[in-house]
Amino acid sequence: MSDENPPMEANRYPDGSITYPGHPVGPDGEEPVGTVDLSAYTATVLTWTTSTATPPGVRQPNTLAIVEFDVDGEPVRAIGQVTTEEVEIGDEVEPVYCEELRDPDAGIREHESQEWDGYRFEPV
Amino acid sequence: MDRVAIIGASMTQFGQRDAWIRELLAEAGQAALADAEVSPDEIEHLYVSNMASGEFEGQTGVPNALAHDLAAMPAYTARIDQTSSSGGAGVYAAWQSVASGASDMTMLVGGEKMTHRSTAEATDVIASLTHPVEYKHGVTLPSFAGLTARLYLDTYDAPRESLGRVAVKNHKNGLDNPHAQFRKEVDLETVLDSPIVADPLRLYDFCPITDGSAALVFCPESVAREYTDEYVVVSGIGGATDTHVVHERADPTTMGGVVNSSEIAYEMADLEPDDIDVAELHDMFTILEFLQSEDLGFFEKGEGWKAVEEGVTDRDGELPINTSGGLKSKGHPLGASGVAQVYEIYKQLIGDAGDRQVDADVGLACNVGGFGNCVTTTIMESR
Repeated sequence: MSDENPPMEANRYPDGSITYPGHPVGPDGEEPVGTVDLSAYTATVLTWTTSTATPPGVRQPNTLAIVEFDVDGEPVRAIGQVTTEEVEIGDEVEPVYCEELRDPDAGIREHESQEWDGYRFEPV
Repeated sequence: MDRVAIIGASMTQFGQRDAWIRELLAEAGQAALADAEVSPDEIEHLYVSNMASGEFEGQTGVPNALAHDLAAMPAYTARIDQTSSSGGAGVYAAWQSVASGASDMTMLVGGEKMTHRSTAEATDVIASLTHPVEYKHGVTLPSFAGLTARLYLDTYDAPRESLGRVAVKNHKNGLDNPHAQFRKEVDLETVLDSPIVADPLRLYDFCPITDGSAALVFCPESVAREYTDEYVVVSGIGGATDTHVVHERADPTTMGGVVNSSEIAYEMADLEPDDIDVAELHDMFTILEFLQSEDLGFFEKGEGWKAVEEGVTDRDGELPINTSGGLKSKGHPLGASGVAQVYEIYKQLIGDAGDRQVDADVGLACNVGGFGNCVTTTIMESR
């Protein structure tokens, strides 16, 4: 984690809930009141898989996890690549910045339509 | 109220086909018209369930192409895309067109042409339904299945073998389906020894990539009686969505779209889960059969795996599930699958399912898009 890296930005809503990614409105239909940078927190692995049949431009194998952050008592989940294949349910992980998670020009999604950098999860 | 009837149905051979999307749709469409003994000029509404003919093949405008190929002009047409649940959404649109009084004769044709693409390319076309924060990590539908299967097994203390038994059961059922892509039994050992695709799931936990098409003919029950004594009635139907971002669901082992769509369908039909005699579920991955069988209310949460182990869902069990062989054995041409599920229930309820026949008066089809993102549940009854 470095101050130069973009944040792993989640939205906070009036009811206290936080979502990653952010949405125009929260679960209660209200607009967000702020953001949280999840890269400043650690998370717990809820579940994981190692995918061997990956699409064009994606590393193979691709280990993925759904993790849960605890932001001052509010749970926030995220999905992302794991830096290693050695991971278990319940492991504590920290977000690690990656400039390009998959080749933006290899798949069907338009390159300019979205960002391709983000955070992988590394067991602490 | 005049109920909505299905008076004819067809499905093409599923598998690797030389035909392209237009030809597949026309093949099923012509066969369903012949089955219903309806002429093309009687069709008032013509719906086509298809996810991605433009992305797969570079052929768009398929509803109009089909109208011309069937000589069904000037029928109103629309393409129904709801990803993997395009077929179920098409059933909903067709039902709605008749129930609303807008059409007295509606045809639905679902189809997809996929096998000319590599597995990686086809996987990417399907994965393009994901949110950008999922897509950039290389998240695919099979990887959602792996993530959910691990959590399910861990949460409910279910053995890995129980997932394998879904594949064994559905392959056994598919043996008697002449239209199925795979008509081959597999044993549990083969499933458990097959290559890992999305740990803990292996090759035989996944449906294949498939070309194929299926079609249904809908009309008011009062009109149906003019054509045939062999028809079924759509007595309940519901559609629902869940989050686009899969990890935002409170319980990743529950498919809210299945719960909500089935509640609507049960209420409309005035039936309970216990009333269902036979069901076609969206077993794109073995784990999905557990999740749906629980979220439809057939079994308690976390108990679906036991029902499969105990043979409850076998063809000769108390509640046969996927007598057609399911997506697992029959194949999964995206837009066709939800239509083919209803084809199977139709055949079961009119007593024309051949070697697959079970004793059933009430059947249910549950078609799932994305990873539970969009769902249609349809309940049908014998006349």
